[in-house]
Amino acid sequence: MSHAPILQTLFPNIDDWGEIGHACIDTLLMLGGSLLLTVLLGLPLGVLLYLTGNGQLRPMPKLYAITSLLVNILRSVPFIILMIVLMPVTYFLVGTKLGIRGAIPPLVIGAAPFFARLVETALREVEHGVIEASQAMGASLWQIVRHVLLPEARGGLLAGVTVTAIALVGYTAMGGAVGSGGLGDLAYRYGYLSYKSDYMLVTVALLIVLVQLLQMLGDRIVAHYGRR
Amino acid sequence: MIRFVDVHKSYRVDGHDIPALKPFSLEVVDGEVFGIIGLSGAGKSTLIRLINLLERPSGGSIFVNDTEMTALAEPALRAQRRRIGMIFQHFNLLASQTVADNVAFPMRLAGERNAVTLRKRVDELLARVGLTDHADKYPSQLSGGQKQRVGIARALANRPSILLCDEATSALDPQTTASVLELLAEINRELKLTIVLITHEMDVVRRVCDRVAVLDAGEIVERGSVIDVFLHPQHATTKRFVNEALPEEAIGEEAAFARVPGRILRLSFRGDATWTPALGRVARETGIDFNLLAGRIDRIKDMPYGQLTLAMQGERVDAAMLALREAGIEIEELRR
Repeated sequence: MSHAPILQTLFPNIDDWGEIGHACIDTLLMLGGSLLLTVLLGLPLGVLLYLTGNGQLRPMPKLYAITSLLVNILRSVPFIILMIVLMPVTYFLVGTKLGIRGAIPPLVIGAAPFFARLVETALREVEHGVIEASQAMGASLWQIVRHVLLPEARGGLLAGVTVTAIALVGYTAMGGAVGSGGLGDLAYRYGYLSYKSDYMLVTVALLIVLVQLLQMLGDRIVAHYGRR
Repeated sequence: MIRFVDVHKSYRVDGHDIPALKPFSLEVVDGEVFGIIGLSGAGKSTLIRLINLLERPSGGSIFVNDTEMTALAEPALRAQRRRIGMIFQHFNLLASQTVADNVAFPMRLAGERNAVTLRKRVDELLARVGLTDHADKYPSQLSGGQKQRVGIARALANRPSILLCDEATSALDPQTTASVLELLAEINRELKLTIVLITHEMDVVRRVCDRVAVLDAGEIVERGSVIDVFLHPQHATTKRFVNEALPEEAIGEEAAFARVPGRILRLSFRGDATWTPALGRVARETGIDFNLLAGRIDRIKDMPYGQLTLAMQGERVDAAMLALREAGIEIEELRR
């Protein structure tokens, strides 16, 4: 309690630090849940893009063109618009448009195509010779994906997860504007709508710390598991 | 045995068929080392990939051990591929796996799960290629020669009857090349493995191959036992390759010819004839004189051979030639 007066002087409008703590946890929950689902959805989508691409293992120009177009559409719609447009879908999927649960479907639908592209790029980095060698050894397509492509591209894939996680932090903050809760919600409601700039300052600082931590963590994981 | 029957291959580029290999038939017999030599773009890398169908022929049939590869459906083809080992110019090892896991990889693909069995076989293979102490390293920690040895161990893992070598020594320095070729020759001898290798270096063919086919612009222009092709090249491309392997031979030969009188002969000795003092004996018996212009003694795989270019003078040159031929020496007359 000894430093409470200092905090009070610095941030006169913030009377409930517990609310900020709560918002932090909400942001982390949204981030964790949506990142997990984004990877689960984006990874197969990225593999599909890679395999069906021109000159790849299973070239299917039409399927590739359709998937690619879909991915590009979802990536070009600004996230805030995507969130609003997707509200009926969100309601259908999770039974609410609000809160953490309501935020996760649009977050995943917004981030999965982004992650899928990163997966596609990472897989293209795998040397053709290694794939040819495994074909010569009698590997099936599934074996090549599972035992050659994914492990060989591990570094790039983990870097992609890091970039996606950071993009998701931005998305969750934006989600605050349409009622998803979390740090973005605080910044928007108190900081922007009520002119309490100290709220804005604290939440933005926390977001910066979060992004910084994610990047450091991601870099460490890539350095450890992405060894060549 | 590998058999190509009327095989040809062309690539479709921008609506045009670009021929890569003109129709050919070819047979590689069990246990031999068969070399395919050609310049880059001659089609040799396409040819070797036809054997395990990494490339599909545009027409014709390919048989491996009496199985028609070209008639197989995907799962049966994969099963056949497991019995054909392959090594590559750039090794193509899995960078994310240790040496031991790279060697175990084809066995895992074939469904072997037992860790003890895998470990035992990996140890055996690493001992064969001399990498026992490197099992837990990653490919990036190895030299080029060591990487190729891992490649060889991996190719042998499923006990194939055929080993395909795609420019296996082209990325290696001469000394490492020699040791890798020695290893391949040893494998061929001890495991009775049929080896097909492609290369652009005649020296590789000379050291390890039994037979050779020369590929020029998608066409097999010459084929035969290495010693025949080496001693008596017919096609211009073959001559170029042979001369490359023996640079000193071509130098100044023409100039030397102009300065000596008499008939100019090229004598080829092979096998035991190399060690017999036939030339001296014949010269004494027939009273001819000879003047050496060029010569070499070397080895083709395990067979010693010699080739001498000489000018011969005297009344009984024809008799001398006859006697030399009787002693098992081949003679080409370069100038009468």
